[in-house]
Amino acid sequence: MPTIAELGARYRSGETTPTQVVESYLQRIETLDPQVRAYLTLTRESALARAEATEKRLKAGKPLSPLDGVPLAIKDVICTKGVRTTCSSKILENFVPPYDATVMVRLNAAGAVMLGKTNMDEFAMGSSTENSAFFPTRNPWDLARVPGGSSGGSAAAVAAGLAAGALGSDTGGSIRQPAAFCGTVGVKPTYGRVSRYGLVAFASSLDQIGPFAADVRGAALLLQAIAGHDPLDSTSTDIPVPDYPAALGQGIQGLRVGIPSEYFIEGMDPGVEKAVGAAIEVLKGLGAKTEKVSLPATNYALAAYYLIAPAEASSNLARYDGVKYGYRAAGGKDLIQMYGRTRAEGFGPEVKRRIMLGTYALSAGYYEAYYGKAQRVRTLVRRDFQQAFERVDVLACPTAPNVAFKLGEKEDPLQMYLCDVFTIPVNLAGLPGLSLPCGFTQSGLPIGLQLIGKPFDESTLLSAAYAYEQATPWHARAPALP
Amino acid sequence: MPDPKIDIEHVARLARLDLSEAEKERIRSQLDAILTYIDKLRQLDTEGVEPTSHAIPMVNVMREDEVRPCLPAGEMLANAPEREREFFRVPKIIEE
Repeated sequence: MPTIAELGARYRSGETTPTQVVESYLQRIETLDPQVRAYLTLTRESALARAEATEKRLKAGKPLSPLDGVPLAIKDVICTKGVRTTCSSKILENFVPPYDATVMVRLNAAGAVMLGKTNMDEFAMGSSTENSAFFPTRNPWDLARVPGGSSGGSAAAVAAGLAAGALGSDTGGSIRQPAAFCGTVGVKPTYGRVSRYGLVAFASSLDQIGPFAADVRGAALLLQAIAGHDPLDSTSTDIPVPDYPAALGQGIQGLRVGIPSEYFIEGMDPGVEKAVGAAIEVLKGLGAKTEKVSLPATNYALAAYYLIAPAEASSNLARYDGVKYGYRAAGGKDLIQMYGRTRAEGFGPEVKRRIMLGTYALSAGYYEAYYGKAQRVRTLVRRDFQQAFERVDVLACPTAPNVAFKLGEKEDPLQMYLCDVFTIPVNLAGLPGLSLPCGFTQSGLPIGLQLIGKPFDESTLLSAAYAYEQATPWHARAPALP
Repeated sequence: MPDPKIDIEHVARLARLDLSEAEKERIRSQLDAILTYIDKLRQLDTEGVEPTSHAIPMVNVMREDEVRPCLPAGEMLANAPEREREFFRVPKIIEE
């Protein structure tokens, strides 16, 4: 499948047209998605109408941006005006947003073409997309395995060539981990880099929207379109957005790369350890200077996260009460009973678990011991990174300790949570993180290399990732779908 | 840190979740396991460490208090499970 940059070039040369491309993607979805199940909703008509509009602009020699006519998949946690947005939850099964998220306003203004909305773990809570209330998504590299999560539909759509790029959201690894499991590039931008307006909230101090693409340049082009200050999100930061695609190709001579020892742990997949070790050697060969660093609070980050994220979620999800939108249970004799039944019937098991955990952590008598303690640990996690970044420019480590596992393999919630042990600290510290393919296991499953950067320094991450990508063959491999 | 035996009835009431008995039992045992894992935080000395609520320093963002257009009531009501005229309809709140 062509990359985002290749599509743009083919449009401009007249080799192909946006309508032909969008039609071929829709055809491919029809053929392959019954197996992969990446999409929840397809927006066929509006996609074709948009493709036609791009075609007119191209004929006039006036494309709106490098994304004009590029077909994208959008995670179903991002509000799309007039298009059902479910968060893969029964409670929002029929919710049709009356407005577009800021990222959608920006993508539309850039001429991008949404093909549809993608499956996810309910309310972005999970690491396998098995927590969708509707159906699980399959990993295109092995249909018996999960695509990762929570943005599993978006990652699988890009990996299977069912979209040229995609948007996901990342609260504890939900872009990077599925990117690693599906062999794509995924970027979690710095907290505040991309507007969260219209992103259905999970944990507001951790959530960020970010791109998936088959290659680093595609991810850079998508990030360029969505990044920047938004008056509608008071947590979006008002600092200039650099030219990300221009940062590619600068090379990494002299780049200081830190290798955090806490990210190479006992029990991790030996294939992952080997591939990431080899990737670090490649970076050295390209002129990077590596050194070992220590982030001692890492061992506590996961525990702190599983207090902070559920606490914020329990508060954010209080809005689903069966009054203004969403599902309402029948037969409640008064308001309180209606609330309790609506939420019990509308939310799935993982969401209930986290609401309960978060409510408990915030409840009288436990607040300081749990939530307060976790916030202090968060300070230590952040401090570790700050100290490391006094000595190095980026950190390199595995994205996940494992590769894609089989559906149903991780039934114990805690075992599932441990999948995010290497991605969570980045969210707690608000840093940018990127995952890109760095090899395959013997059985042919993709492995992800994670690069972590200084706040608002996505450019360095992208340029390091690009240098690595150009020196290795992994991004050229595609899954063989039956 | 307090004993991680969670009062499931109380927390479910606070969270407005009418859980079944089976759900309560399952969630209680799962949360006990998760809270036992979380107890490792006790090992870490955080004496004198300030809490972080946001990773990026946040300040209040002020703007002029101006009247601006908002979404039409009809659109805002379109997703309501039950409505009457331009109101959201809910079960009774006050006892007669």
